[in-house]
Amino acid sequence: MGRYVIRRLLQMIPVFIGATLLIFLMVNVMGDPIAGLCGDRQCDPATEAQLRGDFGLDKPVWQQYLTYMGHVFSGDFGTAFNGQKVIDLMATAFPITIRLTIVAIVFEIIVGIVFGVVTGLRRGRPVDTSVLLLTLVVIAVPTFVTGLLAQLLLGVTWHVIEPSVSSAAPFGELILPGLVLASVSLAYVTRLTRSSIAENVRSDYVRTAVAKGLPRHRVITRHLLRNSLIPVITFIGTDIGALMGGAIVTERIFNIHGVGFQLYQGILRQNTQTVVGFVTVLVIVFLVANLLVDLLYAVLDPRIRYA
Amino acid sequence: MTITDITADAPSPHGANENGGTLLEVRDLHVEFHTRDGVAKAVNGVNYSVAAGETLAVLGESGSGKSVTAQAIMGILDMPPGRIPQGEILFRGQDMLKMGKEERRLIRGQKIAMIFQDALSSLNPVLSVGYQLGEMFRVHQGLSKKGAKAKSIELMERVRIPAAKERVNDYPHQFSGGMRQRIMIAMALALEPDLIIADEPTTALDVTVQAQVMDLLAELQREYNMGLILITHDLGVVADVADKIAVMYAGRIVETAPVRELYKRPSHPYTRGLLDSIPRLDQKGQELYAIKGLPPNLTRIPSGCAFNPRCPVAQDVCRTDTPVLHQVTEADGAALPGRGSACHFWKETIHG
Repeated sequence: MGRYVIRRLLQMIPVFIGATLLIFLMVNVMGDPIAGLCGDRQCDPATEAQLRGDFGLDKPVWQQYLTYMGHVFSGDFGTAFNGQKVIDLMATAFPITIRLTIVAIVFEIIVGIVFGVVTGLRRGRPVDTSVLLLTLVVIAVPTFVTGLLAQLLLGVTWHVIEPSVSSAAPFGELILPGLVLASVSLAYVTRLTRSSIAENVRSDYVRTAVAKGLPRHRVITRHLLRNSLIPVITFIGTDIGALMGGAIVTERIFNIHGVGFQLYQGILRQNTQTVVGFVTVLVIVFLVANLLVDLLYAVLDPRIRYA
Repeated sequence: MTITDITADAPSPHGANENGGTLLEVRDLHVEFHTRDGVAKAVNGVNYSVAAGETLAVLGESGSGKSVTAQAIMGILDMPPGRIPQGEILFRGQDMLKMGKEERRLIRGQKIAMIFQDALSSLNPVLSVGYQLGEMFRVHQGLSKKGAKAKSIELMERVRIPAAKERVNDYPHQFSGGMRQRIMIAMALALEPDLIIADEPTTALDVTVQAQVMDLLAELQREYNMGLILITHDLGVVADVADKIAVMYAGRIVETAPVRELYKRPSHPYTRGLLDSIPRLDQKGQELYAIKGLPPNLTRIPSGCAFNPRCPVAQDVCRTDTPVLHQVTEADGAALPGRGSACHFWKETIHG
């Protein structure tokens, strides 16, 4: 197990370098960061040259990348053009997004799995059909539509919640945004759990559990669920990374100043340091989440042994 | 109900009466499955009984309804699509089909236990064998985790799994096929039930291990004086352990007999076909006999005797009249206790 973890950690290095280099190049291709800085007007050539020198933009791209990575490893993610340190932006943005992700994941796990188990056990019945239809609708309708609609109805028309999240973004205000963020994944978790349960409920070991005279709830929770959740765990694990980086739409709708919001601003203002910095951290989060899922796999299924 | 009496009267070496009489009695059991292609009639009026300490072997091809009958007794049929339109399953005189769900659950595992065919798929792959064995004690007897584990080790030693203490936390895939089947047997035995149903317990095992597992099962049965229903399609397996045999075809019992007599003098053409298709050393070099044709489609069982399209002695009457289970007698009319044959021509079959 230990060797496996070390090997996986080593494998992360090339993935990490490749991903960051790609982002770095993409942001570079997007356009001249100085041009965007002066707004619509043309920049003063002297100021422009001064800025280029200051930010090291006059050097070749590979040198810029190396300098940047060197800084990153000493904990310096650089400065945004407005003078704020990128690391400070992260310090405010990440806790908010992590809270939002936690809310979303909790929804996925509790609602998604409960729906999946209920429909999987009652395949073909009215509950199953209606939940299945509902998940189809949720998957088909884009998040910004569900998000805006929920905000409009619950926030503006019925005044159940505040339509906009405050800058502190406590858990209470993140419940609706979290649900909107989770909605599509929630539908997938429901469907995945459903098919997994429906398949395993006919398995021989579940029949054995029933023949042992175990109560129904014990058959379901101890014997059926544990086997059925293995594919679901994989999905939820990889979804953690996707949710953290992919909250751009949801964070825009509810005015949450999290990672998605900062990334959006960074791209809009062509701010290389912000974009690459945030994406770098997201790449690490994604890789670690994947590793944890693979390790959890071995815990859930003893037939999988890493060596 | 004369049919039931025939099986109930089958002599058993232990004697049914001294052990408190009949344990389980199946009366006119019907099971059908509602599928898209129509109603599949898997069991069509089965009658049999088992006493304590007695072994009943239920013999038949796949699809003859032997497993379905067992699952109906255990109450683990998938309903729907399965349905039991009529019949009774009496356990110690009480009809289990009329019991509530909870009442039946308490019988499962404690009073009647089942051993399944494929131990690898029948054991939960993600739980240790100790946990799965211990579950019996924890759920039914409220034992602590620790107490249940100690009992599990005891059980594993009971079925002669070497190094039980070290292996109690292992998972099913870490055991060999024979050891896994021993664990299944241990699990069924855990609460010392009155009746064990073994559904082809040795089919998935190789021949040398088959004998070991069968011997173990027979030994434990004697020790605990349990009733045993042994479901199999292997005539070789039943010869040594069974007291009486019920041969099933297309959801019906076509012949019942004490085990030795069935081998000596079958009274149904199907049983005769089965016996003739066993390879024998003294017939080396000759072509092996096989029953022609295939088992019937259960959604369209042939009229009359279900075996008539494959039967070498079938006459017109076999296509129109369904034979009842006749009491089989000697040629001079002397009764043969426990013998019955659902063939219009049982006399010709048994007496030549």
